[in-house]
Amino acid sequence: MEISKPSSRKAQWRKISLPYLYLLPAFLIMGIITFYPLIYQIIISFTNFDTKHLLLGLKSPELEFIGLKNYIDIFTAALPVENFNFFRVLEFNFWWALSNVMLHVPAGVLIATLLNTEGLWMKRIYRAVYILPVVVPPLVVATVWTNIFDERYGAMNQLLANISTYFGNTGPIFIRWFEDVKPPIPGFLPGAPLTLAYYAMMIANFWLGWPFMSVVATGALQSIPRDLYEAASIDGATGGQQFWNITVPLLRPAMIPAAVYGFTLSFNLFNFVFFMTGGGPARSTELLVTFAYNLVRNLRWYGVAAAFAVIIFGVAMIVFLITNRITRATQNYSEA
Amino acid sequence: MEAPKSTTSKNPIVRFLNMNTSGQTSGRNLPLWRQLLLQIISLAILASVMFPIMYIVTLSFSSKTTRPSSLELIPKEISFVAYKQVLDKPTGNPVTFIELLKNSVLLSVGVGLAALLIAVTAAYAFSRLKFKMREVLMILVFIPLLMPAVGLSTPLYLLLNQIQVKQCTKEVVAIQPFTTCEGGAKGKLVFNLRDSLLGVGIAMTATALPFAVWNLKGYLDTIPKELEEAAAIDGADTNQTFWQIVIPLAMPQLAVTFFLGFIGHWQEFVTTWLFLSQPKDYTLAMTLYNMTGQYANSVPWNRFAAMAVIVALPVAVVYVGLQKQIVGGLTTGSVKG
Repeated sequence: MEISKPSSRKAQWRKISLPYLYLLPAFLIMGIITFYPLIYQIIISFTNFDTKHLLLGLKSPELEFIGLKNYIDIFTAALPVENFNFFRVLEFNFWWALSNVMLHVPAGVLIATLLNTEGLWMKRIYRAVYILPVVVPPLVVATVWTNIFDERYGAMNQLLANISTYFGNTGPIFIRWFEDVKPPIPGFLPGAPLTLAYYAMMIANFWLGWPFMSVVATGALQSIPRDLYEAASIDGATGGQQFWNITVPLLRPAMIPAAVYGFTLSFNLFNFVFFMTGGGPARSTELLVTFAYNLVRNLRWYGVAAAFAVIIFGVAMIVFLITNRITRATQNYSEA
Repeated sequence: MEAPKSTTSKNPIVRFLNMNTSGQTSGRNLPLWRQLLLQIISLAILASVMFPIMYIVTLSFSSKTTRPSSLELIPKEISFVAYKQVLDKPTGNPVTFIELLKNSVLLSVGVGLAALLIAVTAAYAFSRLKFKMREVLMILVFIPLLMPAVGLSTPLYLLLNQIQVKQCTKEVVAIQPFTTCEGGAKGKLVFNLRDSLLGVGIAMTATALPFAVWNLKGYLDTIPKELEEAAAIDGADTNQTFWQIVIPLAMPQLAVTFFLGFIGHWQEFVTTWLFLSQPKDYTLAMTLYNMTGQYANSVPWNRFAAMAVIVALPVAVVYVGLQKQIVGGLTTGSVKG
């Protein structure tokens, strides 16, 4: 070794500093465009920040610190916004994400199992077609379904009219999917009435959601060893028993992360709500993110919006901690 | 002769009759009534999947500008009138289709690439290198993932809005906030970073970057360490290992992360809609929004349908080409995150 003492110290120093050098680009940029806005947002959430403060920002002389007023206003529904109740929106938001995942995952698994049936004709065609909803950008899906649920010219009402002719109906059907305020099943979700608009969005999001779950399930299904089924059928297990005792437990490690992913995706599904219902009717389909957008874009109460963003952050943190626990648990499960 | 592969019957005769001797899957080991039943279910699902697709495709090939009064799911005519109109004059604003396309591509490719390039070294450091404060810094990077894009929009708007180029006099140009016009003159606004594609791109990177770090780190964690250890024994330092071993190995996932970014930002709507005010900067996604809902009473549905097909196609093509990698990439990221 010919390395002299000072240069080896230099090498030592390089070794210690290298990881930070690798982190530098990301942290430098995030410092400006991510962390600075985050902190700024927290600061203005305690102020009466308004359109008139936009020019000077925190330096504007009339900017007042009003403590927790924005937060209290949000929680106590004291904002001068019609039909706004934070806890109802929160409850609806959770229910929306949960009810979506509860439908998408079982449907995805069942359809994947169906397509995994040996000897099924035209399997390839089905596989190719069933993947299509995954491929279309959700923004386009949302706009297309908005048209489909149009009250006068939409395809859904026309389809229902066509079907109902078999039951003796002759006239056209005009269901007001996005306007009807009366919940079709009263009391289904206590505290947050589910209007027809919710069901319309569920239909559209179901179309979009199950194929992804089905793709994940197919991958997992094909990694289940065949001998397990062979052994089970030799032991006399029926198809149903095989499904519950082999397929379901072995799919769990793959499906739970997918379900968690689907949950977080639905939880913040801005495009769907924004395009299809705009949060209406009477804010019954408003999500936290769409209301935050409303606060910024239409109402322009930036202080309140900042407080709202901080609250969303808190909710997301809780969701993350819970879902993280669930995925951790399954990781251990799959390793066991 | 092995046991039949997936018979569910206990009856040995049935099992024998259904036995698959070819080693290939064929229809023989599925009883006809079950085959038919499953076919009916499969076809019903097929119909439900195809319903909106056929509806919008049929509509886009129609030359009728009136709204449909009855359900049509199979094109009666193949007319490209709507496509031609959308390509010629997509909106009422003076902006061409090519400009819209260019803006969408610039934003989605630009943000995807920028996030990837900035994220990759950080992801490597988090995945492989040992250093003080590793945990704290990692949590710091992942915290912004919990904040939806709307949540950061106001401060980003204010931040980017400060950077403006102003024409003070004919020759003098001031770049705020670094220089201002002399004597407090207002000057003519030439460029506002907030109201430009570059600014929107920067704002979108704010949320794309932490996601890219998270996604890449999840993947790098799954690459076996042996290769790097072997390289280290051969005398390679960290930089060499990173550039010559890890980057080539991670190429597929780099591509997937890039395309996920591309797909996500191709349809970006929130930030663009909040920040951009000039029609020349509009994107395809914004145009599509303009063609639906409350703003669109005068837009013929065949044109909307044609636009929807056009916006969907690039993403669909990318997705079909990379389907396996994308689904795999998403789930490894989320499991190991």
